[in-house]
Amino acid sequence: MLSKLRLGRTAVILVPMLWLAAFFFIPFLVVFKISLAEAMIAVPPYSPLLQWDSSNAYLTFKVTFGNYLYLFESRFYLDAYLSSLKIAAISTFFALLIGFPIAYLIARSRPTMRTILLALVILPFWTSFLLRVYAWMALLKKNGLVNDFLLATGIIDQPIQILQTDFAVYLGIVYTYLPFMILPLYTTLEKMDLNLLDAAQDLGAKPYQSFFLVTLPLVKPGIIAGCLLVFIPAVGEYVIPALLGGSDTLMIGRVLWDEFFLNRDWPLASAVAVVMLIVLVGPIMFMRNSNKEAE
Amino acid sequence: MKQGSSVALKVMAGAGFVFLYAPIIALIVYSFNESKLVTVWGGWSLKWYVELFRNEQIMSAAWVSLKIAFISATMASILGTLAGFVLSRMRKFAGKAMLTGWVTAPLVMPEVITGLSLLLLFVSLESMFGWPAGRGVTTIVIAHTTFCLAYVAVVVQSRLASLDETLEEAAMDLGAKPTSLFFLITLPLIAPAIISGWLLSFTLSLDDLVIASFVSGPGNSTLPMVIFSKVRLGVTPEVNALATLMIVTVSIAVIAAIVIMHRQNRFKDANK
Repeated sequence: MLSKLRLGRTAVILVPMLWLAAFFFIPFLVVFKISLAEAMIAVPPYSPLLQWDSSNAYLTFKVTFGNYLYLFESRFYLDAYLSSLKIAAISTFFALLIGFPIAYLIARSRPTMRTILLALVILPFWTSFLLRVYAWMALLKKNGLVNDFLLATGIIDQPIQILQTDFAVYLGIVYTYLPFMILPLYTTLEKMDLNLLDAAQDLGAKPYQSFFLVTLPLVKPGIIAGCLLVFIPAVGEYVIPALLGGSDTLMIGRVLWDEFFLNRDWPLASAVAVVMLIVLVGPIMFMRNSNKEAE
Repeated sequence: MKQGSSVALKVMAGAGFVFLYAPIIALIVYSFNESKLVTVWGGWSLKWYVELFRNEQIMSAAWVSLKIAFISATMASILGTLAGFVLSRMRKFAGKAMLTGWVTAPLVMPEVITGLSLLLLFVSLESMFGWPAGRGVTTIVIAHTTFCLAYVAVVVQSRLASLDETLEEAAMDLGAKPTSLFFLITLPLIAPAIISGWLLSFTLSLDDLVIASFVSGPGNSTLPMVIFSKVRLGVTPEVNALATLMIVTVSIAVIAAIVIMHRQNRFKDANK
């Protein structure tokens, strides 16, 4: 009886575990393996690491770090990594700046209003990401609504180039990832004990003082969670720079895509992915740990 | 200060909401535009909706995507429920920390990495074992199941964490076997979480461009892939019509779900 129970328990654990091992974890090992190969015109387009030479009965094991050397030697890839980190960091900051007042207002409104406002934040999250990025293309075009508006109000007297600039990429990232920022902020703000603010006020704290000394430290976990949820995926973003960015907008997700689909250099694309993963491992681990603390 | 909020806060938050909704509303309005020049207003018309349903490429891609989304969401719900259950109800076991990592990491993993790594896995498997033969619906379903599974697991896990364990303990004390305990007590309690996980997976799968582009084969373009290839060249009125249909459908579903949940909560509160 007991052993049957244990068997069932093991099976329940093993099914999701094996699936994730096979289709989430092992693929990373494969990427690492192929990043050590050389690009070849073949199917698949890379050199095998192990090769059996039957005429001489040799087993050759060939590994090259050439792809990594190439990444570090060429200015282009280094710039792409740095520029992705910069774009992701600045966008995250603006998402926080725009998201905080929204989260704060929702957390402080009456229950029915709160449900409505929360729904308004969640709704875009359920609608297509691709189509929401696309919506900005029509707005930002030379003869799009934003330019029309700026011309009509007399702020500019000639249409300006907004689409296909870095600015459009910042805008796109902030826009699409905003719900990811608002929701964790809201969760921590909602849990906050409002009596603390009253106490601070009674003790003579001015509103801005109680904001910086009471509210902000209490919602720090929400700020961290929100920022990581925006920052990590934004670093590797492809769709936004591809649709809104210019040809000179350098982001590593786009570089990886082009390396893979246009140049068909699978080993180099793999090396780009491995380095990106190493860059992101820090923030990802940090997120996991702060999740654990929150529990 | 306590209940009400200052005017400045309302203005800032209001501007935030305008920012969230202005592009969507503009897109919807322009989908009814008669003019081919997407930004010039030529009067109201349903022309682009007619064009959309006549466009065979979009229609067949939509069918492929719906099929993939349905299968992936279902598989992800089963596997994700198991994972969420294991993580919140099973005491320590070897590899629990690893499983936690594997469940949370896909949520933030850049899609280009997930897509590339799965493609390389499929190619390697094919050259070693001859499976999967080529790439298409099967490989996209596997890829989507994997990343949607993580979302379901997180939703189910948080639902389980907020549940009172006494019901399950009582059933156990009364001699329920683990399987009947799960199917008669736990499953009905977490059903709302599984349903919302399924819906979320369905929309995520329907929306995915990057991962599907990596793991799909020739002749198996999903809807986002077709949209992307059209949109890259500029704004297309048919895509506006398609976007409007998708956004309106999803909005109605989400609003209905929220209203139902809100009513239920009020009902519960009233019964207390």
